[in-house]
Amino acid sequence: MGRRLGPRVFWIAAVAPLATVVYAAVAAGRLGADGVWTETYRWVPALGLDLGFRLDQFALLMLVIIGVVGLCVFTYAASYFHDGPEVARTAAVLLAFAGAMVGLVLSDNVLLLFLFWELTTVTSFLLIGTNDEQGSARSAALHALLVTGGGGLTMLGGLVLVAQQAGTWSLSAWVSAPPSGTVVTVGVGLILVGALTKSAQVPFHSWLAGAMAAPTPISAFLHSATMVKAGVFLVARLAPAFSTLGVWRWMVLGAGAASLLLGGYRALRQHDLKLVLAYGTISQLGLLMILFGAGTTEMATAGCALLLAHAAFKAALFLTVGVVDHQTHTRDLRQLTGLGRRWPVVTAAAALAAASMAGLPPLIGFIAKEFALKGALEEGVPAGRLLLVAIVVGSMFTVAYSARFVWGAFGSPDPHHGSGFEHVGADAPHPSKVFASAPVALGIVGLVFGLAPMLIDGLVGNAVAALGYAGTAPALQLWSGFNAALGLSAVVIAGGVVLFLLRGPVERFQERMPHVPSALRAYERGLQGVLVGSDRLTGVTQSGSLPVYIGVVLLTAALVPLIPLLSQGGPEEWPALFDSPLQIVLGLVIVVAAFAAAMARRRFVAVLLLGAVGYAVVGMFVVQGAPDLALTLVLIETLGIVAFVLVLRHLPENFRPTMLPGRKLVPAVIGTVVGLFVFVFMLTAGSLRDTSLSADSAATAVAAGNASASQEYLVRSEPEAKGRNIVNVIVVDFRGFDTLGEITVLVVATLGVVGLVRAGRRRDGEPGDAGPGDAEPAPVMTSTGDTEADPEPTA
Amino acid sequence: MSAAQPIDQGDPPEDGRAPMLPPSLILDVVVRAEFHVLLIVSTYLLFTGHNSPGGGFVGGLVAGAACATRYVAGGPAELRRSIRVRPTTILGAGLLISVSTAFLSLYNDGGFLQHRLLSVDLPFIGPVKTSSAFFFDFGVYLVVLGTVLLILSVLGSPTEDDA
Repeated sequence: MGRRLGPRVFWIAAVAPLATVVYAAVAAGRLGADGVWTETYRWVPALGLDLGFRLDQFALLMLVIIGVVGLCVFTYAASYFHDGPEVARTAAVLLAFAGAMVGLVLSDNVLLLFLFWELTTVTSFLLIGTNDEQGSARSAALHALLVTGGGGLTMLGGLVLVAQQAGTWSLSAWVSAPPSGTVVTVGVGLILVGALTKSAQVPFHSWLAGAMAAPTPISAFLHSATMVKAGVFLVARLAPAFSTLGVWRWMVLGAGAASLLLGGYRALRQHDLKLVLAYGTISQLGLLMILFGAGTTEMATAGCALLLAHAAFKAALFLTVGVVDHQTHTRDLRQLTGLGRRWPVVTAAAALAAASMAGLPPLIGFIAKEFALKGALEEGVPAGRLLLVAIVVGSMFTVAYSARFVWGAFGSPDPHHGSGFEHVGADAPHPSKVFASAPVALGIVGLVFGLAPMLIDGLVGNAVAALGYAGTAPALQLWSGFNAALGLSAVVIAGGVVLFLLRGPVERFQERMPHVPSALRAYERGLQGVLVGSDRLTGVTQSGSLPVYIGVVLLTAALVPLIPLLSQGGPEEWPALFDSPLQIVLGLVIVVAAFAAAMARRRFVAVLLLGAVGYAVVGMFVVQGAPDLALTLVLIETLGIVAFVLVLRHLPENFRPTMLPGRKLVPAVIGTVVGLFVFVFMLTAGSLRDTSLSADSAATAVAAGNASASQEYLVRSEPEAKGRNIVNVIVVDFRGFDTLGEITVLVVATLGVVGLVRAGRRRDGEPGDAGPGDAEPAPVMTSTGDTEADPEPTA
Repeated sequence: MSAAQPIDQGDPPEDGRAPMLPPSLILDVVVRAEFHVLLIVSTYLLFTGHNSPGGGFVGGLVAGAACATRYVAGGPAELRRSIRVRPTTILGAGLLISVSTAFLSLYNDGGFLQHRLLSVDLPFIGPVKTSSAFFFDFGVYLVVLGTVLLILSVLGSPTEDDA
């Protein structure tokens, strides 16, 4: 379907965010100010993993943001993308990304939250790498995956620690009754690592700048409503419970302030419009971290307002960049010129969005910033003065880079960049109305909410209350009189304008300064180290010789359990040598065939003799009365022989005769050890085993509460699983999870075998096929330089 | 492994037989006869598994063995004729069925993989009782069958040394 529709699939995909918006609107009407809807489905109760969803007013705020921005992004993407084979895939992944984010904000079970968290990580990896033919996009995607995925795993550890202490996996329960203690402190620290990586906070920020390799609609979504907001979301949720912890203050407020300043500072020297915005996002997310992390009602109110404002203006600006890029084929602000006069509506909307970002009145961004300053001026904010300074300076940067963005994208050529840049824009076609509508609408939103803050006052106030803050949130107002915050706003705007006017010197200053602690370089070094290290480790552990592998596996499997088994001492009572004369015959067959197999010169003979051993064991099972095992084994043996024969076609007829005595001795020793182990194991297991597996005695044991596992299975099989074949009941029901895992492994292993065989065949058959640029074909199982030093098999 | 490409692309079996096996009329006929019997046996084992020896794993192996006999008699082409669905499709369908059974038990407040008894009134046959575990087992059956088929078709397709 995607192939026929082309980029129009995004119109279909837009139904999902539209549904989210409708749902949010309905829920907003019915939920009530402090209402909570919960829905729980059991999933894996034993692990504490439930499908526990919880909708409160804060989740509603997030839903509105995801839905509205998603709707804009999807409708916009229908005009942005050109027809191509990957469009349908992009639409699908983008939709999955949005869905994962919706799931994340609705999760109450922290394990479920983690699941959605990692889903956003995986889908963002795919989205950033959409242009998978570009090496830069691929490495940026990998960067994002490693940083946010690693952070997510760290977070999982923290979630488990806190959950163990709290005794519940419910996020809302943590907040209403916060656990405490050293373990909780460590756990919270680990959770925060996850949140900081996700929200691209210093020192993990470098992945976000790389993530702009994604197509612009994706960047817009990722920067404004999803992904990076996940970290902020988690911090906002946890702040009422844990914001008094020392580790929280250092990590959230410290990293937030550092990101606020560093992001703004870096944005001032970028020439790519997308990079200006990307560093701006790092900066704004730092501010959000501070606001939600401070743990006071005022700051959280400012945070909720900024969350909304940021989503609107950042999405609008990114989408505007997309329009510019799409029409002019450049994003370099030194090249763009004259677009402002030619595209007045787009320019006005972008200017509104940028003004909201800069915090100019009368836009929603101004209100958010005023509340932030007011909140930081209040008593009770940890390190309030320092944070205030950080917010003021960071906001100055924000004003400066907002102006830089608008001026660069839509203004006249900037003299201080000098000549030497080809000027683009004079002949760029005007974007279509549909294309431009999304950024324009999002730009106007900031103005509407700024002029009429009562529209969102309820939403924001209820969200703050839903987070669990005690006091009532102050009402959002555009004009709250002459006060210190207003004065600081004036200082911020003035400082920002000065920074913008001095943009030439600022840029040159930044170029001269060596930015020593480059997070990007640290990441690259780390990645390189891991790759080199694992390369060496592989070289040591993976010799490439099949006999060595098998020898190591067998010896480990035999020797490790053998030691405790031997320390148990012999069995008190030796079992009877045989129960039926048939067993003697079968045993003789097994022994003779096994010896003959070991002695055989021809491979084919060895395989057949091994088969004989197998069939004789089948006979043993039959005699012992285990039809299930016998049936299975006879089939396995048969199919095994067939598979062996198929492989043997590619191998020389005979084993290569070996001259060295050690080459025969080592396998003989290994074989003896394994045989000894199996013997001792059977003996011990047989003597330890509960012989009273009759139905009655098992029932008594279960009633007495001291039943062994086999007795339990025996008794519970029919009444609980409605099956009389205990083997089957165990496989599909009692241990169904194991079976599920096993068949999954079976599928993966089979596909792996197929891939190896095909790769080997391709390498031998068509040498020209694997060019120098291609990935190395997966190594084929080879037996080099050992007992079976054969030429490489063809398959 | 892309499921989109046919499994045996690139091997040109003129008569569809592996060259190492000369055609044998008796084998052909016997195999044709027992193939369907074996398939019925495998189905029987699958259905009966919950209460007497059998089950999806064994059933899948029997079906795989049935296909292996076809292969022995007539090489890759005969194998392809025996079951016309692509092995990767069977493999994927099996995993999908098992996993979705596991998830479906979440419905109505069951636990993951918690099976329940189903009774259906089938026309002409009457009331039939089965467990949702059967569908899980059916997935196992398909995975095993798909694995055998895939390995046979990949390892068994002719290579240069046969030519």
